[in-house]
Amino acid sequence: MNRISRDQIAARVAKDIPEGAYVNLGIGLPTKIADYLPGDREVVLHSENGVLGMGPAPMKDAEDPELINAGKQPVTLLAGGAFFHHGDSFAMMRGGHIDICVLGAFQVSIYGDLANWHTGEPGAIPAVGGAMDLAIGAKRTFVMMELLTRSGESKLVDRCSYPLTALGCVTRVYTDLAVLDVGALGARAVELVDGLSIEELRRLTGVPIGWEAVASDRRSP
Amino acid sequence: MIGGFGTAGMPDELIDALIARRVGNLTLISNNAGNGESGVAALIREGRVRRVICSFPRQPDSHHFDARYRDGEIELELVPQGNLAARIEAAGAGLGAIFTPTGYGTILAEGKETREIDGRPYVLEYPIRADFALIKAHRGDRWGNLTYRKSARNFGPIMAMAATTTIAQVAEVVPLGGIDPETVVTPGIFVQRLVQVPAIPNAELADLVA
Repeated sequence: MNRISRDQIAARVAKDIPEGAYVNLGIGLPTKIADYLPGDREVVLHSENGVLGMGPAPMKDAEDPELINAGKQPVTLLAGGAFFHHGDSFAMMRGGHIDICVLGAFQVSIYGDLANWHTGEPGAIPAVGGAMDLAIGAKRTFVMMELLTRSGESKLVDRCSYPLTALGCVTRVYTDLAVLDVGALGARAVELVDGLSIEELRRLTGVPIGWEAVASDRRSP
Repeated sequence: MIGGFGTAGMPDELIDALIARRVGNLTLISNNAGNGESGVAALIREGRVRRVICSFPRQPDSHHFDARYRDGEIELELVPQGNLAARIEAAGAGLGAIFTPTGYGTILAEGKETREIDGRPYVLEYPIRADFALIKAHRGDRWGNLTYRKSARNFGPIMAMAATTTIAQVAEVVPLGGIDPETVVTPGIFVQRLVQVPAIPNAELADLVA
């Protein structure tokens, strides 16, 4: 089966981030998106530990342990950037001031419910961090993930079996096989990778997925 | 309460002093539950902490917390990071409680009162206050006015407001008037003690962190 790579998913998400947007890229896979934002597009990155206008990783030996991102990796600050405390930082999220948040996921339901913080395994030590605040706060919440687990189970589900991060928060899901819109009305495919039919996507995921005929020639790059 | 996000803003020297005082049975309110061997990790390693209220305890280098939590020696209250900040702010501002949308419909809101306001569901959460806050700032004066450095600011300003006694360690103490009043981040009314701990040059600090 034809799949696009993680870097190609990141590039695809980057295409949908408009000029002037305030964006939070979640820990893990979504951080790759920053590499695919065109240099001439002004996008302001937010990091929930208290940074707006976050720049790329510093040169070696120029790291500052007091300038880090939410993943605790050293970063830089662009001209125009700002520092602020955690109260303000989460007011930016919770208060709906951030335009787009991109998160990884264990599962997303066709209704936009998200599970991305805890597998619920007995004995696992839970850690939630900012996941629940990020999921509900931004004007639009995107998920970036591989559509199937290693054993072939769909991560797009009718109902999340993992503990929820938030209800009905996700609007769009970018995967290695398709781009889908999710929400109160269920899932609708927006793009399919080359060679994948909507019937095959429905078979792989086992969930109902809408597809408009007019969109049937839309393909991911 | 102990400031810091990871090791940025962690008041290591104040924590070392706390360990030397041999007090225990503490409730720790902090974003993480220790990284590596210093700061909060050392406090937990020394067995001084009975209860942890935090958002992100488990990390690749949180082994001291992991071990004591698994042994049942530490009780954990897991709080979403934004709710942790908002509850600390509520305490500092003298509010009785807050309604927050974060966590609604999840296991972290189980059993809690909820309310729909303007069509949106919220969870009732109570303030988190502390007897002491240990924070790290950058510059301070005799009145306790503080400025911070880069992303080490994180929880410092809001924890300073939520504790009965806030102890701030600063790299530099300046005379009154030495901080431009337009740039004061934490006004001195929120700070009860100031301790000067000269900064370690960045290159050396990076080695220590690595």
